[in-house]
Amino acid sequence: MKIEKKSDVMFVVEKEGNMRVPVKVFANDLIFEKLKEDRCLQQGINVATLPGILGWSVMMPDAHQGYGFSIGGVAAMDAENGVLSPGGVGFDVNCGVRLLTTNLEMEEVKEKIRPLLDALFAAVPTGVGCSSQIKLTHDALDEVLVDGAQWAVKKGYGVEDDFVHCESEGKIPNAVSGLVSPRAKKRGKDQLGTLGAGNHFLEIQVVDEIVDEEKAKVFGISHKGQVVVMIHCGSRGLGHQVCSDFIRKIEEAYPDIVAGLPDKDLVYAPIGSRVATEYFGAMCAAANFAFANRHIIGHWTRGVFKDFFPESELRTVYDVAHNIAKLEEHEIEGVKRKVYVHRKGATRAFGPGSEGLPADYTAVGQPIILPGSMGTASWLLVGTETSMAQSYGSTAHGAGRVMSRSAAKRLFKGEEVKAELEKKGIIVKAASWKGICEEAPGVYKDVDAVVEVSHKAGIGKKVARLRPLGVIKG
Amino acid sequence: MKFEYLEHTADVKFRAYGKTLDEAFGNAALALTPLLTEDSVERVTKREISVSASNKEALLYDFLEELVVLQDTDGFLVAGVDSVEIKDREKGFSLQAVVWFDHAKRYETHGDLKSVTYHEMVIEESADGCMVQVVIDV
Repeated sequence: MKIEKKSDVMFVVEKEGNMRVPVKVFANDLIFEKLKEDRCLQQGINVATLPGILGWSVMMPDAHQGYGFSIGGVAAMDAENGVLSPGGVGFDVNCGVRLLTTNLEMEEVKEKIRPLLDALFAAVPTGVGCSSQIKLTHDALDEVLVDGAQWAVKKGYGVEDDFVHCESEGKIPNAVSGLVSPRAKKRGKDQLGTLGAGNHFLEIQVVDEIVDEEKAKVFGISHKGQVVVMIHCGSRGLGHQVCSDFIRKIEEAYPDIVAGLPDKDLVYAPIGSRVATEYFGAMCAAANFAFANRHIIGHWTRGVFKDFFPESELRTVYDVAHNIAKLEEHEIEGVKRKVYVHRKGATRAFGPGSEGLPADYTAVGQPIILPGSMGTASWLLVGTETSMAQSYGSTAHGAGRVMSRSAAKRLFKGEEVKAELEKKGIIVKAASWKGICEEAPGVYKDVDAVVEVSHKAGIGKKVARLRPLGVIKG
Repeated sequence: MKFEYLEHTADVKFRAYGKTLDEAFGNAALALTPLLTEDSVERVTKREISVSASNKEALLYDFLEELVVLQDTDGFLVAGVDSVEIKDREKGFSLQAVVWFDHAKRYETHGDLKSVTYHEMVIEESADGCMVQVVIDV
């Protein structure tokens, strides 16, 4: 393997063997060394062998081993001769993040943080087997799958301004509800407006540092000490099932492709084939479910805040997808081309003037939301011209795990993690303390280091650092 | 040993063992529950699970997926496995199992099973015993 260090924050694995394109890795020395420890880099190389991949197989500074594609991987596939891969999106279709600003100050929220977290915990269903107070009929679920967050506004949840400030306005037009299997619908029908569990969370945070005041202001962040809310979750069982269904369908339709793959989860279907078209329609529908899910959780959060702070105003800054494939146009080697950009554990990072940004953000670029781990900072970044040129308008998506859950269990005790966080002024409300150790801050990469790479590489520039005050975990 | 967990950075990898493939598949089902709770889950509701697939890997995937789906649709945690019977059919394999569950609400739970995966899936059969290895997306 020939690796060339292009800069302090970029490495390139040269094309060799059956690779169709080089692999471009955004990382500093330390992150790059860590990244070579598991199969992550090999997965980036495997992606580079896929038919129709253009430019580079891109890996982000938070990359770690996934199945098929690495997590933190981006690939642009030619819209005519390329392929679609469910493993290039991930099981949690449109797992993503929504950030809302408030007009509240840290001190007033801190005073009420415990009862506020209790009330949020009661309002937003979390954990295994949790079901929503919204019981969707078959027809209503179909509408959610087609209209996403816009469905929710029509039904009285939230306001238009929420979905205007959302990737794809919370509604991807290519969604086809009829392509989502009955089993996927059954898994999702009682889960709209639920947080789930694992690494998903709802956090009350405070603005800790503002790096770019002008852009922060455009995004509604005016000063240190301002309270914000972050929601991290996805398409729940519905999206997981869509991914699983189509891995199996493609496997059946293309046994020859599967036989030649280094990893079965890399399975793909040629764009234009029936199964690829169906996967895209179903995946977009699942993505819309996720937009609606975060939107409704945002709405309920707003309601709880109103109960505690009647003058509070919660405004959606933006809502981004971390696991998705989208049909976009990018300039590749000087030519504008239509591509299906797979972002698996990566965030869209469109620069100023890009199509599809809300009018108030067009001049500055798209907000990028990077959640850290439970006890560490999260970041608000902004997309740039460089990200359009270097990474198909994409950057990292978070801290990235570095330690397995079993190792975390050996190293950390739930109660100790809780006490340690409380010492730092972070209150955690969780369904189970035993589970908390799996999500201890120590199991993730340093989010500041990941962000530093993104900032230095210019693919997502720092706007503001956010630190948690209160956390709800499923 | 019925099953053991192996190191995997982002997800969960386990191996389940048995004298027969039936037993190894049954123990793989039992390996799902400690991922969600440390409590001992009671046998409250019994369900029969039937799946069929063209090969053994797909059969294992489908069997475990049935259990993952029941987690979402019925809030079920696996409490025990009475029987697993795998049959070699003309065009592939079929599996019938009797599995016990209880509702997650009754236990202290954490984490989530998102999906079974094919990633690093291994099925080994020999006269001395069988082993299946599975990675679950959590």
